Amino acid sequence: MNPIRKKRLTLIGLMVAGIGVATWLALNAFDENLMFFFSPSEVVEGKAPEAHPFRIGGLVQSDSVKRKPDGLTTAFSVTDNAEAVTVEYTGILPDLFREGQGIVAMGQLNQDGIFIASEVLAKHDENYMPPEVAESLKTAHDEAVANPQPQASVQ
Amino acid sequence: MIIRFFHQMGSPRYFYNVAGKLVPWFMVSFLITLVFGLYYGLFVAPPDYQQGESYRIMYIHVPSAWMSMFIYVVMAVSGLISLVWRIKMTEIVVISSAAVGASFTFLALATGSLWGKPMWGTWWVWDARLTSELILLFLYLGIIALHSAIEDKRVAARAVSILALVGVVNIPIIHYSVEWWNTLHQPASVTKFDKPSMDISMLIPLLTMAISFKLYYGAVVLMRARAEIVERERNSRWVQEMVEQEAK
Repeated sequence: MNPIRKKRLTLIGLMVAGIGVATWLALNAFDENLMFFFSPSEVVEGKAPEAHPFRIGGLVQSDSVKRKPDGLTTAFSVTDNAEAVTVEYTGILPDLFREGQGIVAMGQLNQDGIFIASEVLAKHDENYMPPEVAESLKTAHDEAVANPQPQASVQ
Repeated sequence: MIIRFFHQMGSPRYFYNVAGKLVPWFMVSFLITLVFGLYYGLFVAPPDYQQGESYRIMYIHVPSAWMSMFIYVVMAVSGLISLVWRIKMTEIVVISSAAVGASFTFLALATGSLWGKPMWGTWWVWDARLTSELILLFLYLGIIALHSAIEDKRVAARAVSILALVGVVNIPIIHYSVEWWNTLHQPASVTKFDKPSMDISMLIPLLTMAISFKLYYGAVVLMRARAEIVERERNSRWVQEMVEQEAK
């Protein structure tokens, strides 16, 4: 390679590396702000802002969904399998909302530590499969839970 | 032999002729894979266990999003070659790709929005994945604008190549945004070093659509490059001879 081209290549390499490092530093500095939501553990630890709205994300805890008598308000717990936060929302929930589903709610904590949501979004995972496959996976899982493998008890 | 082929492809006249022969092949194979992929994806593939029929928009959304990043990487690599080796043809590839890339980025954002409304419950959120993809659209538009703002084509190509290389840091950010930060967008199903989290009956049409979109890009970039060559070389003898021949 002739020296001029080598010099150009080095300059471009330095430029891209420099921009890469600068971006990395900037994104690191903004890390907190780039998080779309807080997990229930973070909210319980008090990492979430208290005075202004934020988003909380996690799974809807099984058997926690309760409809209020007014017919529009729903109360449920959002969990990350470590901590749980109670959420109350008045309005229409997205189609994917169900127990065990991942959701992201926007709102604010009230004095009782209940999260009053103004918006609830459903989050779905990266798995795609036909209903029959999901059904057989679930059956296999339930059977495995009901009848633990004998090896496990021997050890 | 391969090296000789690349050397010849560096000559606009040779490229023009080879590209002219390739375009119909790209177009035909694009149409075949498109029909197969769309039919398989929309009618044969089973519904999803969670999202039902709505997930089928994935067959446009995901290949478009892949293309938006793939084309950008092609542009950045061609930009690098243009800057270091000053090859005319790679300059032409950079600018001929920009509009196709911008269209795919727009398509990915628009179909994502249509998918987000029924599934997530919102058209748009400012999470890291969606925002970085929007920045990619602005990068494409910036490249197109910068190119048309500079009269001299070779100076314009150099400016555009630098911009393409500056923007390339955004590509890993788009890809890893769903892993580095909490996002509403789900993590990757296919593009990871792991078994795809997708049933094979859904994966086949998805990959077919990805190939189909790549062929479309191939056809369009060759056509646009040919037009660009004729415009740039309009004062050269071979173009004038060709035009005279056509006129007869």
